[in-house]
Amino acid sequence: MFGPLMINTWIAATAVAVIAGVTGFFAVLRGSTFAAHAIPNGAFAGAAGASLLGLNPFAGLAVFSLAGALGIAGLSRRARNDVATALTFVLMLGIGALFVSWSSGYAQEAYSLLFGEVFGVSADQVLPILILGAVSVAAIVVMFRPLMFSSALPEVAEARGVRARRMELAFLLVMALATSMTVPVVGALLMFSLMIGPAAAARSLTPRPARAMALSVGIALVTVWAGIAISYQTDWPLGFFVGVIGAVFFLLGRAYAAVASRKTPSRWSPGRYDT
Amino acid sequence: MNILRHIIEPGFFGSGPVHIALAVGTVVAVTSAVTGVFTVTRGQSFAGHSLADIATTGGSGAFLIGINQFWGYLAFGAGAAAFMEMIGIQRRRGRDVATGVVLGAALGLAALFLYLGTQYSTTTGASFTILFGSIFVITPSTVPALIVSALLALGTVIALARVLLLSSLSPDLAAARGVPVRAVGAAFLMALAVSVALSAVVIGAVLSTALLIGPAATALRVTKGPVRAAAVAAGIGVAATWLGILLAYDSYYWPPAGRGWPVSFFVVTLVVGGYLVTYLRRPVTAAEPAPDAEHACSAL
Repeated sequence: MFGPLMINTWIAATAVAVIAGVTGFFAVLRGSTFAAHAIPNGAFAGAAGASLLGLNPFAGLAVFSLAGALGIAGLSRRARNDVATALTFVLMLGIGALFVSWSSGYAQEAYSLLFGEVFGVSADQVLPILILGAVSVAAIVVMFRPLMFSSALPEVAEARGVRARRMELAFLLVMALATSMTVPVVGALLMFSLMIGPAAAARSLTPRPARAMALSVGIALVTVWAGIAISYQTDWPLGFFVGVIGAVFFLLGRAYAAVASRKTPSRWSPGRYDT
Repeated sequence: MNILRHIIEPGFFGSGPVHIALAVGTVVAVTSAVTGVFTVTRGQSFAGHSLADIATTGGSGAFLIGINQFWGYLAFGAGAAAFMEMIGIQRRRGRDVATGVVLGAALGLAALFLYLGTQYSTTTGASFTILFGSIFVITPSTVPALIVSALLALGTVIALARVLLLSSLSPDLAAARGVPVRAVGAAFLMALAVSVALSAVVIGAVLSTALLIGPAATALRVTKGPVRAAAVAAGIGVAATWLGILLAYDSYYWPPAGRGWPVSFFVVTLVVGGYLVTYLRRPVTAAEPAPDAEHACSAL
């Protein structure tokens, strides 16, 4: 399990967990869970298009995830956020359906893009993943304060000169960047569970932002590592374990928050970001 | 894809699969449009899409254990709706997180079911079919079940319309008037689950979401009042579906593959295109959460 064939898998999965924990924290905090689902899944269409043209799927993923982020942010200017996300998303998937219908014998590759190919990570895939991961984490760290501000207290942030729309766009672009590197590894469907489950659990455990973000990364790491270990033993898909372990962490977090708030109602208020 | 393989007859209107596609497409488009008006007003687009994805997971699970897929769709759709409701879909901010966690777990199960499914059969295109569906390969025996459940969902939504609007726009006011806000929300979510689950199974999760959100969002931009919005949305949905089916039929000989372009591509493009036209034509002054919903309430 820790042999030379698996070393790339462990490195790539660790990088993916860190980036998912960091971006997922803000996705949960800002309530942009739908975008976290739409961007990776919609980007799948880009990979289908790239393979049709004989290009590197990374390029297709990057183009489509960035286009998705721009589409969501652009349409949200004058429409409800969830409607903008839904329409951008179905348009991308519709185009994806077209690409897939044009190419032949794509089904197996589509399956691996949707559900991941974590045991097939090659050495030359690891470096771009690490670089893109470092860039996205650095971007989040640089934006941390204004992003936190505009997520938790949008009105106050706006009054203090933080441009909410610009922050939204910046955040979506970082998510798109993270997506284009993670989709070939964990798959589009499961990149999403890795962003949401651990971050939502972390948010229930502590109200302090920095601690919650660290916790979110930690839980994401545990989820992925445990998932790989079990998946390696059982041969069942990693996506299944990531999805289920993430949900279990979320439920544990909620249970803990419920117990804690019953004990000391004044200090514990996991819903305080909701205001 | 074998989308048009079943159409051997030369004439569009002489083809059996086209008849079924048109009939089913119409029922789904009308139900989705009416349900969609409330889904958009309540800000539950994500839940609407998630329930479609989750239902297809249930379908593959039922296939795996050898029971009628219909029960798998319904069980997973209704179960997911109940679970979302339980862990906090009623709060505006926590809603998307609750939806996301349930969706994440369901997608994990989908990965497992598809994996186990491909162990025992060689349907490599299974994941693709589940996601994108195909309106041209509907088995006629599923049509009655689809129509009954669509009518049930439609009836529930129409019966609840008044309290639903009030409790969406002003939960406090609704509660003060004695409306059981949470129960109404749960009932709507169930109706949404049933209508979305069945349409996702028949026409694919992508198309189901497009027909749920697109026509309703367009109608809410151009009309005032829920009844008119529902009527306009239904018209847009049906028009897009019919035109999409016609174009897909025509595209059989189009380049590059000579296999026909997917219906979902045409319908999605038409629906989103229609939305963009109204979006660009009407420069609403500010990004209000739901400008037309206010009028919707006063019109009732």
